[in-house]
Amino acid sequence: MAATSTIAGERQRSAPAFARRVLATRVAIAGGVLVLWEGLARSGLLFEGVVPKLAAIARGLAEMLATAAFYANLQTTAGEVATALAIGGAAGLLAGLLLGASRFLGRAFEPYLYYLGPTPKIIFFPIMIMWFGTGPGSKVAMGAVSCFFPVALGVAAGIRQIDQVLIRVGRSFRASAVQMALKIYLPAVREPVVNSIRLGLGVAIIGVLLAETKLSNRGLGFMVIDSYSRFDMPAMYALIIVIFVVAVALNAGLSRFARDRGRSQTVWTG
Amino acid sequence: MGERSNPFWRSPALVGIASLAIAFAAVEILIHIGAINRYIVPLPSQVLLASPRIIAEEDVLGRFLTTAGEAAAVGLLLAAIAIPLGVFLYRAQIICAAVESWVGALAAAPLVLIYPLFLVIFGRNALTIIAIGFAAGLAPVVLKTLEGLRATRPVLINMGRSFKLSRAQQFWKILLPSALPSIFTGMRLGLIFGLINVVGVEFLINFGGLGQLINDLAERYDLPAMYATIGFVILVSVLFFAGLERLERWLRPVQ
Repeated sequence: MAATSTIAGERQRSAPAFARRVLATRVAIAGGVLVLWEGLARSGLLFEGVVPKLAAIARGLAEMLATAAFYANLQTTAGEVATALAIGGAAGLLAGLLLGASRFLGRAFEPYLYYLGPTPKIIFFPIMIMWFGTGPGSKVAMGAVSCFFPVALGVAAGIRQIDQVLIRVGRSFRASAVQMALKIYLPAVREPVVNSIRLGLGVAIIGVLLAETKLSNRGLGFMVIDSYSRFDMPAMYALIIVIFVVAVALNAGLSRFARDRGRSQTVWTG
Repeated sequence: MGERSNPFWRSPALVGIASLAIAFAAVEILIHIGAINRYIVPLPSQVLLASPRIIAEEDVLGRFLTTAGEAAAVGLLLAAIAIPLGVFLYRAQIICAAVESWVGALAAAPLVLIYPLFLVIFGRNALTIIAIGFAAGLAPVVLKTLEGLRATRPVLINMGRSFKLSRAQQFWKILLPSALPSIFTGMRLGLIFGLINVVGVEFLINFGGLGQLINDLAERYDLPAMYATIGFVILVSVLFFAGLERLERWLRPVQ
């Protein structure tokens, strides 16, 4: 205990100094990476274009953000992801509610979901193309299938973890079914539901974008693979930066929304 | 209520298996009566019959070994790089405080999307596949290693101090054994993400083991064999996942 409390105590005493050192370290690491990158780009050690100069990437980013095509493709991908999330999320929510509420159903079917969850979903893409065609339908289906599993499993677990005391309190107040659902169950499962939707959104984005890189003529995934085939590396880096920033920001936003008074949790996305 | 007294309804696992069998039988019947197009969904019986063919003609076992080899390489890289990185972050407090949230953000980023970039850097070969698998597994292993080391009971650390253990002894005799269960959880997560990405990238870049076979069969429009291979990949993933979980449970009481 002594070691930890000593460190904690020191940190408390010199919290501003510690924060300053952390900030300085962050700036140093970020600066170091940028300098290293620029050095590599100028050194000629790597195949030309693999590591473009920072200015070229910045130019690529600015040019990309100034074109109407980028926003059209962004809109396509956003639409596909939103539809996938609506379909996969609703199906997952329903399945999770059923599996979580009924012990019997949970024990009969949840193992299948649990073990199918970590399988690589992209291998279902050829099937999705057969079923839904080469257009946005197959991308939406890929996203929905990817999204279904984390939502169903997360919601089922969330329902099972509701504090029984809360349910008993509701019953002792003779709450109606609607009141129980609105006042007890929904607030109690808010965090796990939002968290599982956050996970579902993450994998839906991956599912849709990967499907777009495999077979598509629009969307951000298509833009990435198109810049690869044209060997337009600055554009590819710019796209990857935009996609990462959007994905991480969405994740952080939903995570903040789910968090209950500063309680945080680490959940893995795949 | 009467049906609950039947032993069948008392076994959820049996109901699960029976439902699956009924679903397959229903698909078979629906295809036979023409309600489902057999050129889009092959007969489940045909898929089963294609299984010996993918073993004999498509060398599915050889491809399995290729994929397993790539996943093993990812596992070795994670153990050799990600675990020491977690230990380093535990030791270097300032750097850890500076980059931990970045590593967390990395775990949430759709890393597999950078595969075209890796294609340019490494070429269309196994290195690209292994690099993506490694990138996907890196964050969970680092964070779980860090979490395990931090959760070491202070009483154990103090005991080590009272025995005047050196820094290295403190690490090997106290910190590492205490953090092992968490490190193993991280490795399990890392390996699962690694395998998902290895098979996924094999499929996307049409190179390597099982993922490429699915792509190949789809392009040849050999539907029964494609469905059978997808079934095989699911089986392998499930066995891998369940095996790792069992191994972790088996290791836990040793801590």
